[in-house]
Amino acid sequence: MTAPAATVAPTRTRRLREQFEEAVLPAVVALLIAALVGDVLIITYGQSPGAVYRLLIEGTWGNAYGLGQVLYKATTLTFTGLSVAIGLRAGLFNIGAESQLAAGGFLAGVVGTLLPPGIPSLVVLPLFIVAAAAGGGIVGGAAGVLKSKWGAHEVITTIMLNFIVLALLNYLTVAHFKVFDTLHTADIRSGTIARLSAVVPAFHGSAASLVLLLALAAAAAAWWYLFRSRAGYELRAAGLQPAAAEYGGVNVATVWWKAMLISGAVAGIGGLNFVLGYKHYYEDGFGTGAGFLGIAVALVGRNNPVGVVLAALLFGTLSQGGLAVNALVPKQMVDVLQAVVIIAVATSVPEVRGLLRSTRTRGASDA
Amino acid sequence: MSAASGPSVPPGGTAAPAVAMHGIDKSFGPVRANRGASLEVAPGEIHALVGENGAGKSTLMRVLSGMYAPDAGTILVNGRDVTGWTTARAIEAGVGMVHQHFMLVPTLTVAENVVLGREITSAGRLDRAAAERVVSDLSAGTGLVVAANRRVSDLSVGEAQRVEILKTLYRGAKILILDEPTAVLSPPEVDELWRVLARMREAGDTIILITHKLDEVMEISDTVTVMRQGQTVGRVATRGTSPAQLARMMVGRDVVLAGQGAPVPVPTVSTAVPRAALAVRELTVADSRKAHAVDGVSFSVAPGEIFGIAGVEGNGQTELIEAIAGLRPVAAGAVLLDARDVTRQSVRERSDAGLSHIPEDRQQRGLVLDYSIAENLVLGQQHRYSRRGALDEARIADNARRQIARFDIRPADASAPARALSGGNQQKVVVAREMGRDFSVLLASQPTRGVDVGAIEFIHAQLRDARTAGKAVLLVSADLTEVLALSDRIAVMYGGRFAAVLPRSEANEEVLGAYMTGASGQAA
Amino acid sequence: MMLLAVIAQTIRIAMPYLFASAGGVLSERVGLIGLGLEGYMLSGAFCAALGGYYSHSPWVGLLAGIAGGGAFAALYGLCSIRYRADQVVVGVAINLLAVGVTRFFLRFTFGSSSNSPRVPGFSVAETGSGFVALAHNPLIWLGALAIPAVAWVLYRTPFGLRVRAVGEHPGAALSVGVPVGRVRWIAVLLSGAIAGMGGAYLALDQHQFTDQMTAGRGFIALAAIIFGRWDPPRIGLACLLFAAAETFQIRLQGVAFVPAQFVEMIPYVLTIVALAGVVGRAVPPAALGKTDE
Repeated sequence: MTAPAATVAPTRTRRLREQFEEAVLPAVVALLIAALVGDVLIITYGQSPGAVYRLLIEGTWGNAYGLGQVLYKATTLTFTGLSVAIGLRAGLFNIGAESQLAAGGFLAGVVGTLLPPGIPSLVVLPLFIVAAAAGGGIVGGAAGVLKSKWGAHEVITTIMLNFIVLALLNYLTVAHFKVFDTLHTADIRSGTIARLSAVVPAFHGSAASLVLLLALAAAAAAWWYLFRSRAGYELRAAGLQPAAAEYGGVNVATVWWKAMLISGAVAGIGGLNFVLGYKHYYEDGFGTGAGFLGIAVALVGRNNPVGVVLAALLFGTLSQGGLAVNALVPKQMVDVLQAVVIIAVATSVPEVRGLLRSTRTRGASDA
Repeated sequence: MSAASGPSVPPGGTAAPAVAMHGIDKSFGPVRANRGASLEVAPGEIHALVGENGAGKSTLMRVLSGMYAPDAGTILVNGRDVTGWTTARAIEAGVGMVHQHFMLVPTLTVAENVVLGREITSAGRLDRAAAERVVSDLSAGTGLVVAANRRVSDLSVGEAQRVEILKTLYRGAKILILDEPTAVLSPPEVDELWRVLARMREAGDTIILITHKLDEVMEISDTVTVMRQGQTVGRVATRGTSPAQLARMMVGRDVVLAGQGAPVPVPTVSTAVPRAALAVRELTVADSRKAHAVDGVSFSVAPGEIFGIAGVEGNGQTELIEAIAGLRPVAAGAVLLDARDVTRQSVRERSDAGLSHIPEDRQQRGLVLDYSIAENLVLGQQHRYSRRGALDEARIADNARRQIARFDIRPADASAPARALSGGNQQKVVVAREMGRDFSVLLASQPTRGVDVGAIEFIHAQLRDARTAGKAVLLVSADLTEVLALSDRIAVMYGGRFAAVLPRSEANEEVLGAYMTGASGQAA
Repeated sequence: MMLLAVIAQTIRIAMPYLFASAGGVLSERVGLIGLGLEGYMLSGAFCAALGGYYSHSPWVGLLAGIAGGGAFAALYGLCSIRYRADQVVVGVAINLLAVGVTRFFLRFTFGSSSNSPRVPGFSVAETGSGFVALAHNPLIWLGALAIPAVAWVLYRTPFGLRVRAVGEHPGAALSVGVPVGRVRWIAVLLSGAIAGMGGAYLALDQHQFTDQMTAGRGFIALAAIIFGRWDPPRIGLACLLFAAAETFQIRLQGVAFVPAQFVEMIPYVLTIVALAGVVGRAVPPAALGKTDE
């Protein structure tokens, strides 16, 4: 009878440590593998890995401009990463963040062209958020309804919707909304968001804007929603064990379409980073690749909003770092490294967990 | 403990036995599925292997067919020691097993399924004509009639089973193991199967039939081996035994649950007209094969009553409970809680109306294994533990503290994931959640399956307390002793219907056993 | 003459789809999602350009393309079969990796970030409707044969039977002694090799490699597989249908008709329609995506 009370504390700390190991080790392993592949590529190119990696760090975290660019990229990736993570928590794989991001940016851009000049940003910001969320939410929600109502697999429908929506946006931009001789819409006259350099002048020239605060708020909101709200409790249950969720009074089909709607909306809001924070117009193809990298961000961040923010910084650093090292090795090396990180994490998660658990049981039986 | 009753057949004749297994041990983690089990099968006979669910029959046969290696013991096939062989070697030696769950590829044709893995080729090509010819030849030789070119997904269950048997015959099986072959068959299909097996016996093949239906054993087998709790407890000639004797051997005499034991005097519901807390009217539930898993069942459970449903699993109990809980659509009929029709209501609405449910599969349905104990203790009640959309952490934690203490859940750590608990403690979490709150009707499905003895006693005490407190309890269990120990009235479910509804005073293992095997009427 | 030219152009456009979907259906039928087809093709295209450039022989280019596609498929197999990684994640990453690797080595080998120098091809000067040029290109014949060949393998050989069984019910296949892992490996390697031929066709036909030259063709091939319900003959027709739509769009450019973007959407819309079951539901192999069990 006394034993349980005595073992509680150590058990809990050990469990937390084990959870931490399982969450972080695959990412560490993946980074090591990526670094190794990077070494091979750099040496192939006749350069010294040390010099290249030093340049990569200097060009990103080593100066304010580089850091600003990292923050700009990480802001968009936080949104797409959160989008994918929310879907995965509900057991759904949203491959469509790419087009949801674009649709959100497009709708925000169009709304922006309709506004008269001179309205304070804080007044119209909610309007922009709603427009961007609606753009992405419609695309994500469509895939959700296709799944809930007809059982069409979300992986395929979101891929197909990517092509459909991007073609549609291209058509709308070219045929109706573009400024002559460009592929972008007219400038937004009200509600643009200040660059980071307006607050910290050192960031001058970099694309980062205060939208990054919105990204942090989104991460906090996603965390609260997933782990502190009743809807999040039900969403995660549906993702982990649909049969148990159903038993617990959760309508799993409803969770599916709602989760896809939210997932799409979050990706859509990410479009504001470019549209409101950077260029102040919608441009065809502005976020290319950010949706797919969102999968990487969610994966490395283990579908946890805090992890997503950190992973977004990592992938933002890699993206910007490519430009920084371009003098020594082709910046495309970074595309390779990003893909290697994804493959290595995906592959090492089951492997590392298996290894950790078998060492633990061995340790336990030795004891 | 394992004293065999009844006339024993002296093992061994003149010829070497087709199968001789001695002292087989097989454990899965802490579960000892076989404990020194033995089996001897003469060549050319139909040998029935009988026992209750979980008696270790399937495990023993999987050891024989090479799927599992035994922890201890020896296996001789036709006098040759083959202990620990592989499936492939077993197939080569002519031992084939037809599993309870078919191993067929639904999108392929009958002939393709039969030859898969041992294809007939001509010049590197799949020789379909030859494959179909082989199948029709085998069909003709055995009476296992099934069209070789049909897709397996278009077949009836009976036909699919014939394909499974054909598969083993194509691979040269001379010793055929059938695991509960009639569980999925209609009566005419069963007759057809018996004809085929009899024909194969005439042709010199040896057949081992796993079953728990005693009428089948009497009808078709030559010899019977009885298993109980992982051990073989008797081997008798079919002609020299009776269903009653076999049932006694299956159940044993010394397993009546510890504690109160024998018939508990039933506190008869005395008040004038007892209001039914739960009423089920002509309920019909379709299963995945569009057949009626539950076929027009009616009953009611009064407050302060435990209504037990006995029966061999797969006779509609799961579907009945899930339909009452709102987890499965109802084809016809009605479910009433406290005289209110809830047939069209959601799981949550029923729960709010006072329905609690201990599901039969706690790992799939009853718990979210990666959720903590505290989170699992509010599953299905999450709307009561939240305010304006946010989970009320303080109340969830408070609830966990109380339930952990009250139901003695170990470890007493609300943040531990359910996955880390033992089976007994997992079940305590489910029981605590469903019984530790206000409810008027409890559905308890296999409430003590896979749970250690201490937890069984505890859960039984909880169920009795619920009765005393005036709750209506619907208990479903495959364990006859459990049903008998707890219930005030007992229904036996067979083929989607109630074969009988008896007051506790008229029920005993033999009577229930007879109804369970479908022998309606004559036993009572 | 006009009609013949349209047909010739359709065949030309259909080629990469035919190769990639022929490879893809092998992979999907064995239970491995064909998300990486785009990557296999891109790698195949680059390797074909590389091989053709250094050997001055389109045949060596073709072999290099096959190897390039196969290599990426091997990586996919390693992750999903050996290490049971999530197929969707690895498939997406394979495509990103192919883009990165081809770009890196494009810079490394040819010092360009957009295209390779001219490489030899099979085609002869185009005359008339273009049929003569088509008939002289052995890759056209290979492409025309790809789908029938895969259909033959799937439906007429013991290996094909095993592929279909593994993709539908690996447990059943295992229970009768089919070496499930080996069957998956062979199928996935073949899928990469055949899709690699599709990439080689692109590079050799255009006499160069250009950055991201596959431009989503791998996904159109995936769409054709789903729209064709995982059945090679229907997949072949789907490829031709998609190619015909593109041909008409190109031919009708400038004529006020339907915007090009809407024609582009056709394969993807049809795929969603097929999956949602508006006209007869497309049902994937039962074990598709489930190598983790």
